[in-house]
Amino acid sequence: MEAFDYVAPRTLDEVYGHLNNGKRTLFMAGGTDVIVQLREGRRECDLLIDLKRIEQLTSYAFDSEGTLVIGAAAPLARIYEDVDVRRRLPGLVDAASLIGGIQIQSRASLGGNLCNASPAADSSPALIALGATLVIASVSGRREIPVEEFFLGPGRNALEPGELLVEVRIPAQPPRSGTRYLRFIPRNEMDIAVASAGVRVQLAPDSDTLESVRIALGAVGPTVKVVDVTSLAGRTADSATIEEAGRLAAEVATPIDDMRGSIIQRRKLARVLTIRAMEGAIERAKEIR
Amino acid sequence: MTRTHVETRLNGVERDFLCEPRQSLLEVLRDELGLTGTKEGCNNGNCGACSVILDGRIVNSCCVLAVEIEGQDLQTIEGVAHGDQLHPLQSAFLDEAALQCGICTPGFIMASKALLDREPDADEARIRHWLAGNLCRCTGYDKIVRAVRRAETAMEEMNA
Repeated sequence: MEAFDYVAPRTLDEVYGHLNNGKRTLFMAGGTDVIVQLREGRRECDLLIDLKRIEQLTSYAFDSEGTLVIGAAAPLARIYEDVDVRRRLPGLVDAASLIGGIQIQSRASLGGNLCNASPAADSSPALIALGATLVIASVSGRREIPVEEFFLGPGRNALEPGELLVEVRIPAQPPRSGTRYLRFIPRNEMDIAVASAGVRVQLAPDSDTLESVRIALGAVGPTVKVVDVTSLAGRTADSATIEEAGRLAAEVATPIDDMRGSIIQRRKLARVLTIRAMEGAIERAKEIR
Repeated sequence: MTRTHVETRLNGVERDFLCEPRQSLLEVLRDELGLTGTKEGCNNGNCGACSVILDGRIVNSCCVLAVEIEGQDLQTIEGVAHGDQLHPLQSAFLDEAALQCGICTPGFIMASKALLDREPDADEARIRHWLAGNLCRCTGYDKIVRAVRRAETAMEEMNA
């Protein structure tokens, strides 16, 4: 590995003080991607800025409005082990507990998974289904964008020079709603999605009609795909409607052929995973929590 | 390149060392501190051979920089036995012949210890799920899972 300097600032102001000095800087949260990329020469830096000593970036809490505010460098295991998170946001737990094995989950963060901008990232479809937003900070202020606007292409995100991702914000979920994230991999654990789907449904008070649906697909395009399912609102939450959602998902998918799967397989997976995730989301929406 | 001074608690003892920022914890353990029980497998976070327990959590030491562990508590395979007395997991791995070439074994023991420290009655499915980040090319895993179950029983009897 090429030599670099290392700092672990305690505050964001300290972070900004390390930027714009002509050095190639790189941010690190859990390091499970960044360290391997540095070792393999896929990234280079003069200064590595470790974000894990900044409390704001490694903590998480529900605010007074029920929004879960997660520091971008908080390790996944701490989030998905939390009893409140498990009860209130099982769709987030689906995704967070699938990223890598336990060793990776002890270190890896949602922020790192998002910034890495892999089309197959597990966190992004689930977070989009949940209506999450991202807070991006720089010395000149903060901006907030929906997760779906963060990805520009494989490995490319919307951060400008001098900016860093500081928070993932998951709003309080609507009443009678449920979210489910599913992926397909050829093993039981520890693999990268061949295709994946995150689905949130909100049921009407009658529990039979769909009030709204959000669907996002992973690994079937250069960035996560949001499926336009406005046509499903107001329809009965039955198998015909779920089948229609699967059809819409397969239509939106623009996968590639690679070592993990073929175009045909991925398009079929987009349909099947959407159907199963939607069934799971409806089931959760009907649970009383 | 200047070397950084790092202070840590290693297997219960205060310990300090010098390292370069680019050195992984795995590299420093093996090459600087002479603790070669922790093994290098893939060196990219896939195989778990280099698993150590950092502040109570199981991590791949190839995916942690040594400079990051300043002030933290680190357990490696060298700290698992008490003198000549093996940890129940170590005895169980021997009794069940849960190893062949042995490269993955320290990682499996550390990962299993991290699990049993938290969940002393984990069932087979939980053990298999927890150990998904540790790869073994020899045993086919069944013997390893049996060893962890045997260690659970032994530890339960010790605590009874």
